[in-house]
Amino acid sequence: MTDARQLYQEVILDHNKKPRNYGVLADANRSAEGHNPLCGDHISLSLRVEHDAIRDIAFQGETCAICKASASMMTVAVKGKNVGDAGSLIQEFRDMATGKLDTQTQAHHLGRLNVFAGVRELPTRVKCAVLPWHTLNAAFHNQPSATTESGEF
Amino acid sequence: MTSPAAKKSAPPVSALEPERLRPDFPILQSRVHGKPLVYLDNAASSQMPRAVIERWVRYQEREHANVHRAVHALSETATREYEAARHTAMRFINAREAREIIFTRGTTEGINLVMHGFGRAFINQGDEIILSAMEHHSNIVPWQMLCEERGARLRVIPMNDAGELLLDEYEKLFNPRTKLVALVHVSNALGTVNPVRGMIRAAHQHGVPVLLDGAQATPHMRVDVQDLDCDFYAFSGHKMCGPTGIGVLYGKAGLLEKMQPYQGGGDMILSVTFEKTTYNALPYKFEAGTPPIAAAITLGAAMDYLTAVGMERIAQHEQALLSYATGQLREIKGVKLIGAARDKAAVLSFTLEGIHPHDAGTLLDLEGVAIRAGHHCAQPVMQRFGVPATARASFAFYNTFAEVDALIAGIHKVQKVFA
Ligand SMILES: Cc1ncc(COP(=O)(O)O)c(C=O)c1O
Repeated sequence: MTDARQLYQEVILDHNKKPRNYGVLADANRSAEGHNPLCGDHISLSLRVEHDAIRDIAFQGETCAICKASASMMTVAVKGKNVGDAGSLIQEFRDMATGKLDTQTQAHHLGRLNVFAGVRELPTRVKCAVLPWHTLNAAFHNQPSATTESGEF
Repeated sequence: MTSPAAKKSAPPVSALEPERLRPDFPILQSRVHGKPLVYLDNAASSQMPRAVIERWVRYQEREHANVHRAVHALSETATREYEAARHTAMRFINAREAREIIFTRGTTEGINLVMHGFGRAFINQGDEIILSAMEHHSNIVPWQMLCEERGARLRVIPMNDAGELLLDEYEKLFNPRTKLVALVHVSNALGTVNPVRGMIRAAHQHGVPVLLDGAQATPHMRVDVQDLDCDFYAFSGHKMCGPTGIGVLYGKAGLLEKMQPYQGGGDMILSVTFEKTTYNALPYKFEAGTPPIAAAITLGAAMDYLTAVGMERIAQHEQALLSYATGQLREIKGVKLIGAARDKAAVLSFTLEGIHPHDAGTLLDLEGVAIRAGHHCAQPVMQRFGVPATARASFAFYNTFAEVDALIAGIHKVQKVFA
């Protein structure tokens, strides 16, 4: 059974209230839009990638707390990383959110992102948590947009 | 109907004792996340009483065969029961004749049927279709598709901040190119009950037929299509204690006769050669293929159930729930109600300051309270009110005042988490 505090942990509430890297990069060279057609939520992501490294990243969008905190924490986690490492993190995050990766027993590199493990009990909210990651993946692959309804999670 | 604003948390009084009806609904006895289920998502889909469930089972166990096809006894029974359901539907909305009742998959298919059958036959380049600003996507998208195909255009009746249509503006939209008014009877996103009778009269003065989307009306009030004088009326079974996969399109016989069939196939023909097909009479012309027989018969049972409870009593009880809940919600700081029409169904769309409706929905769900969070398939309504989404509690006659209290307590908990 999921309880409210387990899902909406302090870290999540904090990032929701004070999102990090919020806005649009003026000198972005990669960007993508993410849509969740189920709720109409939408985020935009802009990045500056140089020599395969994420120099800067920002996001914007009026979304639920789960999605906003996930986006905020994602930007913190991937800033400065190279694209390949960020790609593995995308995969690990998706696997955690969908229950394929058990962060209690299996090795991972998610660190504090592990607070989102609670969403796996709530299938409709998995999409909220994963949307920013899906969008980041689209930006890496030069796709203009991503939705929660396409691609495997 | 009185304005809910006038009565502030009036002590609950009800014409109907929902506690006595609730044992009829097996699902209402269930628990969710360890809490008793408080089901307040009736505008999305309603629950089914045992008598209706049993009707489905009885059909499958003892009456099933294909309809209108064979001479054997089972087929005759199935045909008789299927046609009896059509008569029940006819009486339920007071249609003149059973052939004016077409079984569909639901409201969406009913509207699409009118788009194909009426729209394709009568709407051409430069013609106009009037819709309202509070339509469900199912009463927007088919018309957009037709407009694109035909070079016709949509005209939209605006609404005020309370979520009421501006009738003066409506009247101004008519011109000789107006071919159809497609209008929601009761808004699923705002609860607004539109003054459709007068609006239909106005359209008829211009010689324009009117299609009503009755998805949110038939579960909650007595609907009389002859009194309204609408030309088409579409609704869904699953929102009125019936099963999914079934709905009704009512159409005036004179209009239906002039229309093209929606789909081609078996049952909708009188004779077929490779040169020519002669279409069957109404309503079969519009019911190609084997229909959802079990669902239609079960919908008939749902209508009988609602009629036995009494549509007037249902409407009264839901109004009492609405004014009680409205009063309670108004007292919570940070709650903003979206939709304050004078004539309103028991739908409460709201936002919570600083809290996304999705989060509110999840936290309420953890308390056992099922509401809907999102755009309610009415994104233009969300845009009109400048919100991406709302939380929506929508009531049925089996909801109780105690469930309103559970909703209110749940909202306080949500606010506490986000405090
Ligand atoms: C006002 C309104 N119109 C149309 C529909 C579509 O009904 P259905 O999905 O049963 O076809 C709905 C229900 O979602 C509705 O609330």
